[in-house]
Amino acid sequence: MKILTTVKRVTDPDMKVKIKPDGTGIVTDGVEYKMNSFDEYGVEEAIVLKQNHGGEVVVVSVGPSASTKEIRTALAMGADRGILVETDAELDSDAVARVLAEVVKKEQPDIIVMGKQAVDSDRNQAGQMLAAYLGYPQATFAYSLEVADGWATVGREVDGGTSTKRIKLPGIVTADLRLNEPRYASLPGIMKAKRKPLETMTPDDLGVDVTSKVRVIKYEAPEERQAGRIVETVDELIEVLRNEAKAI
Amino acid sequence: MADSSAAPQGCSFLINEVGSESIFCPEKFSEEQQMFGASAREFMEREVHPHIEALEHQDFDKMVEILRKSADMGLLMMDVPEQYGGLGVDKTTSMIVTENLSTYAGFSVSFGAHTGIGSQPLLFFGTPEQKEKWLPKLATGELIAAYALTEPGSGSDALAAKTTAVLDDDGEHYILNGSKMWITNAGFADLFTVFCQVDGTKFSAFMVEASREGVSTGAEEKKMGLKGSSTRMLILDDVKVPKDNLLGEVGKGHKIAFNILNIGRFKLGVGVLGGGKRTMKIAVDYAQERKQFGQPIGDFGAIRAKIGEMATQLYALESMCYRVAGYMDQNLDTLDDTADDYVDQMMEAIEEFAVEDSIMKVFGSEVFQMVIDEAVQIHGGYGFSAEYEVERIYRDTRINRIFEGTNEINRMLIPGTILKRTMKGQLNLFELIQKVEAALGEGVAVTPPGQDEGLDFDKFLTEQAKKLTVYVANQAIQKHMADLREQQEILLMMADLMINVYLMDSTVSRTQQVVAIKGESGVDHYKAASRLAVAGAYNKVRTLAEDLLAHLANGDKLTKHLNNLDKLAPRARVDTVTLRREVAQVVVDRGRYPF
Ligand SMILES: Cc1cc2nc3c(=O)[nH]c(=O)nc-3n(C[C@H](O)[C@H](O)[C@H](O)COP(=O)(O)OP(=O)(O)OC[C@H]3O[C@@H](n4cnc5c(N)ncnc54)[C@H](O)[C@@H]3O)c2cc1C
Repeated sequence: MKILTTVKRVTDPDMKVKIKPDGTGIVTDGVEYKMNSFDEYGVEEAIVLKQNHGGEVVVVSVGPSASTKEIRTALAMGADRGILVETDAELDSDAVARVLAEVVKKEQPDIIVMGKQAVDSDRNQAGQMLAAYLGYPQATFAYSLEVADGWATVGREVDGGTSTKRIKLPGIVTADLRLNEPRYASLPGIMKAKRKPLETMTPDDLGVDVTSKVRVIKYEAPEERQAGRIVETVDELIEVLRNEAKAI
Repeated sequence: MADSSAAPQGCSFLINEVGSESIFCPEKFSEEQQMFGASAREFMEREVHPHIEALEHQDFDKMVEILRKSADMGLLMMDVPEQYGGLGVDKTTSMIVTENLSTYAGFSVSFGAHTGIGSQPLLFFGTPEQKEKWLPKLATGELIAAYALTEPGSGSDALAAKTTAVLDDDGEHYILNGSKMWITNAGFADLFTVFCQVDGTKFSAFMVEASREGVSTGAEEKKMGLKGSSTRMLILDDVKVPKDNLLGEVGKGHKIAFNILNIGRFKLGVGVLGGGKRTMKIAVDYAQERKQFGQPIGDFGAIRAKIGEMATQLYALESMCYRVAGYMDQNLDTLDDTADDYVDQMMEAIEEFAVEDSIMKVFGSEVFQMVIDEAVQIHGGYGFSAEYEVERIYRDTRINRIFEGTNEINRMLIPGTILKRTMKGQLNLFELIQKVEAALGEGVAVTPPGQDEGLDFDKFLTEQAKKLTVYVANQAIQKHMADLREQQEILLMMADLMINVYLMDSTVSRTQQVVAIKGESGVDHYKAASRLAVAGAYNKVRTLAEDLLAHLANGDKLTKHLNNLDKLAPRARVDTVTLRREVAQVVVDRGRYPF
């Protein structure tokens, strides 16, 4: 089975993000980057699929040249081969989906496992758009995944509970937090990753124009949350919710 | 050192011009080295930190389980050469991993005792048969190792050990008797490297399995801190050990003991760096959360000053540590690892930087002590409570100034080794001394360059500190000659002069690399920390030199010396308040160590 999985280089979510005073973006001085955490679940699942079914795991990233680090991390975890579609452009989800669609057409994987969203922009679109461009079935927010006889059975997290969906492969699965526990790279894994192939191409090579269709007008920090308050009794709580917060 | 790819000589920081070489520094870590660090960090967060409570209550089964888990990740075989099934990583990688594993002392000390002092005597001095027998099992954690040098009656004076080994009548075995004190991992170790006297005087090392008859351990020591690490006495009562368990040659045990300590020291230096960074983060997080007088205490200048100082001193320490890592790799790369005398050459390559190792050990353990002390202070009363992590770290940190050679012993080694190398002609200290004397003879006083953007001012201070240091060292040598060895107070002050010079030289050189790599934008806080560290060290050097001269001379002679001091090292003050604020601001903005 050929499994394609994707990784995005994102700002470290444990770091404080500062917005530039003019609101055109975030301050990148001294910012650290790492693999999008939802992609870690995707890569882990891809490796588990390979362990159970044999085959190959191809890891793809679309982004700046430094994204080789995130690809190498996936290779160190156990993926076999990397592809970087290198661009410094500000990418929207649509551009990413169109680039990935071309990679998929070239690679012809049996299944594509992605993170459900990137923790930097939190858009939650690339997987769905990719499915649309390819005309593939999709199962988003996966917490479980079984593959057999050309079909994937996917347990999904949905509002208010879970649902199970069967999709015919090739198809797209996006990973949620409960899907697995991503491994971290072992030292021998890191050393092996150095020798694994990593191919670099550009959106141009794939015939994709990545000019963004989404225009960012301004970045703003969310309003600071006020400190909470502890009430003494349930009656008081109801009273506050009704008369102060006007929530009930 | 004709080989152009070889590192500069050890101690040459004292005489070479500052900034004349492009030293190795964290900004030059490879992608792979960064990944090693990230994996080690991940391991600590997932496998160790959640279990600190159990480990602090001395659940040693858990400790062994974690050590074995670290083997699955390849951590136990990191330093083992490839030919013995290990990874044989470079020294820089090994240091990066050590730094990242040092966020909980109970674990990092157990880990270090196993992989470092525990396994390395065998690794470097064992026969192929001995290595075959034990190394693979040490690399998987099936066997846990320990190092037994210290005795109740011999600590710093390790060679005075009283444990005896006597050849048995059968000529095939040695009989070991004695007791070893403070042995890390003793509670669960399977294999001990034991140092003892053969025939009463020949200091030697043996591999002793815990399962042998007559081997036992005392009760767990009731320690101030480091409770997660097992420390016990090792008791040897008529233990019969086959001749094959002798490590190296009879009478050559000191070679094993001292070389292993050298390696231990630079690992300790980088370990306290890791501990210090984490401690600073805990303090900064707390300072942002805790509100008094209606604002986070982290906004008060008094707290900011502490934060700025922590980050600055850690920056200096980091610059000092990875510079040596770079040197070692540079030298080890030139060696042929298949050569018969590879181990000897490797030990020489490491021994070359013995002074820098001692400096890292001393300075690192003292910086960490300052960092944790201020972290407790930032926590106020809560820092005094066992509910808060800083309370444990405070207790855990104290030992770093004591083991791997006390800071006194290490301080004495610094001028001791430098003088020895000078006398042997390996280090040309006298050339610089002559230059300094000549310049003084001409009577030209130097003035510091302007304190503008560049590094000229910092370089000037560093150069003058070197000149002053060799000037004072020369006075000490002239006055005491061979007897200087007995003048410990003088030696300690000389050590501090040299530590500060190495700090200045490494910090400026690193900052120069940072600017070369990153360009001029976004490096202001590097420059601020650099200047703060360098100026602070410069003033310490001046004070130390004055004090030392006041001991070495008096009357007119002293006046002349102090005049010379002012010529060599004119008063130079920087705006430390602003610099510290600048560094602290970046730490607070980023919520962590910012370099
Ligand atoms: C938690 C812990 C773990 C340890 N783990 C190990 C281990 O795994 N294996 C092992 O072999 N050892 C181990 N040690 C022992 C440790 O290395 C020694 O404690 C250390 O070397 C100091 O020896 P000492 O305690 O006998 O102190 P002493 O040597 O008695 O020193 C006492 C004081 O005198 C000073 N002093 C001593 N000699 C001189 C001198 N010549 N000139 C000036 N001042 C001097 C010292 O600096 C110190 O301040 C451990 C110790 C501890 C506490």
